[in-house]
Amino acid sequence: MSATPVQKVNSMAERQARYNSRNRVNTVALILAVGAMAFGVFWLIWILIETFRLGLGGMSLALFTQMTPPPNEVGGLANAIWGSLVMVVLATLIGTPIGVMAGIYLAEYEPRGWLAETTRFVNDILLSAPSIVIGLFIYSLVVAQFKSFSGIAGVLALALIVIPVVIRTTENMLALVPAGLREATYALGTPKWKVITKITLRSAQAGVLTGILLAVARISGETAPLLFTALSNQFWNSDLSKPMASLPVTIFKFAMSPYENWQELAWAGVFLITMAVLGLNILARVLTRQK
Amino acid sequence: MADRIFGFFAKGAAYLTLGLLIGILVSLVIGAWPAIDKYGLSFLWRSQWDPVQQEFGGLVMIYGTLATSIIALLIAVPVSFGIALFLTELSPAWLKRPLGTAIELLAAVPSIVYGMWGLMVFGPILAEYVQAPLQSLLTGIPYLGALVSGPPVGIGILSAGIILAIMVIPFIASVMRDVFEVVPPMLKESAYGLGATTWEVVSTIVLPFTKTGVLGAIMLGLGRALGETMAVTFVIGNMNQLTSLSVFEAANSITSALANEFAEAGAGLHQASLIYLGLVLFFITFVVLAFSKLLLVRLKKSEGAKS
Repeated sequence: MSATPVQKVNSMAERQARYNSRNRVNTVALILAVGAMAFGVFWLIWILIETFRLGLGGMSLALFTQMTPPPNEVGGLANAIWGSLVMVVLATLIGTPIGVMAGIYLAEYEPRGWLAETTRFVNDILLSAPSIVIGLFIYSLVVAQFKSFSGIAGVLALALIVIPVVIRTTENMLALVPAGLREATYALGTPKWKVITKITLRSAQAGVLTGILLAVARISGETAPLLFTALSNQFWNSDLSKPMASLPVTIFKFAMSPYENWQELAWAGVFLITMAVLGLNILARVLTRQK
Repeated sequence: MADRIFGFFAKGAAYLTLGLLIGILVSLVIGAWPAIDKYGLSFLWRSQWDPVQQEFGGLVMIYGTLATSIIALLIAVPVSFGIALFLTELSPAWLKRPLGTAIELLAAVPSIVYGMWGLMVFGPILAEYVQAPLQSLLTGIPYLGALVSGPPVGIGILSAGIILAIMVIPFIASVMRDVFEVVPPMLKESAYGLGATTWEVVSTIVLPFTKTGVLGAIMLGLGRALGETMAVTFVIGNMNQLTSLSVFEAANSITSALANEFAEAGAGLHQASLIYLGLVLFFITFVVLAFSKLLLVRLKKSEGAKS
């Protein structure tokens, strides 16, 4: 920064004027900052209100018991909800161990080695990589090979999104565990894997769990990676080798359609997803706060 | 023994993560090969996209992606800066937490919800209260008039840009807030002690101290905006045209083209061209994110040296 040249201020009146103008600039800037804050919160509130207004009306038992209907017929979202649940749970089960293990490597093994540094960098890229590209990757890896869209492809695509989220939080949480705790356990002659599983991982439990919850929240709403992996299915399906319906993809399909009953179902689906995702996020926050 | 196995799995998981990135790159290049082979780099500036004639070029989608992201940043950067300023310097302590959480929740809302809301709720309102008045105000003025020509229906580049802005504000704002907080209190308090106003402290102490971090935050937001799919697909209108540069006109972006066409595209040049688009997108976001990461790391290092 270059130093501003010192100005000769002569009269009292000039000084007063300068002081006033500085204050005016300050007031304007602060009002704009408050406005920006209000602007940010405004959208959240507006979106939530609309989701409630348009989605709450669609809540009914049929939503959870009936299949997705053809245009202009009654029905529910049961198969889509089921498909989403199956894929999210399986993806979490696959992605979490990999993420936790890689996080352990980054925090406990060689935090400064080339592998750790590179993995950390790559992980940050994967964390923000466009999720539709993940879909393309799984498409060419699984769908193109087996010549069929399938639930398992959807599961793998979602698992790839879980991994970087879990790696990041696991590493950060393990790094917070005081080194003294580890050293005390080592001093008792405990092998490294026991130190990690019984001591460090256990003391970082709540934080790691938060990471997993955030990952679940993230993939529950993901649509793009499912569009050409799991595709969609009009019927109830538990066979992972066949196309599988999911809530987000069904919403996408129904919302873009001209049929009124489909659009209503889409809003009901949006309501369900929003509540689930925000609920998980709030739960995750409560967990870390207790820590 | 158990120790070795555990260490092996930990290391394996780290390698797997590295392998993922390489795998993604390799599979995209292989998938896109027929298109790369046929068009080479000229794909980037060819604007025909005609599955029937088997003629493909990515210019329309690349333009759509860049234009929406730039509009998003033009709105999101000043707003995020204001939010970060408010949260670090102005907010009373009891409000900091709930407001910070509210902004972070904005990031958690799934993009399909933004898309649906944008199409059904926000679009019509934008058309009636912003686009129509703007159009009647600017029509006839050279350049500006052309920028707002076309049907004011609330679908197109402008709506997509605004919704992207709302979606990236939380990312930029929370990183900016975090980097503002690393400014040593001593520096700020010295300035306040000399009689500086809050704005003067922020603009002459905090901003210069954190400028690399702020730029990193903006790049992170840009990376997000470029790769966002569902919200854009809902509101951009999905029309392959570049004859009108109006921000009211429906267009197409890389992500929305992929979302709409990929599942239906038969194997062959059409699919390869779509994967080529995906590769271009991945490349752009990779560069932007790597740059952002570099800047943020540099701030972290200088933080130790300066304070």
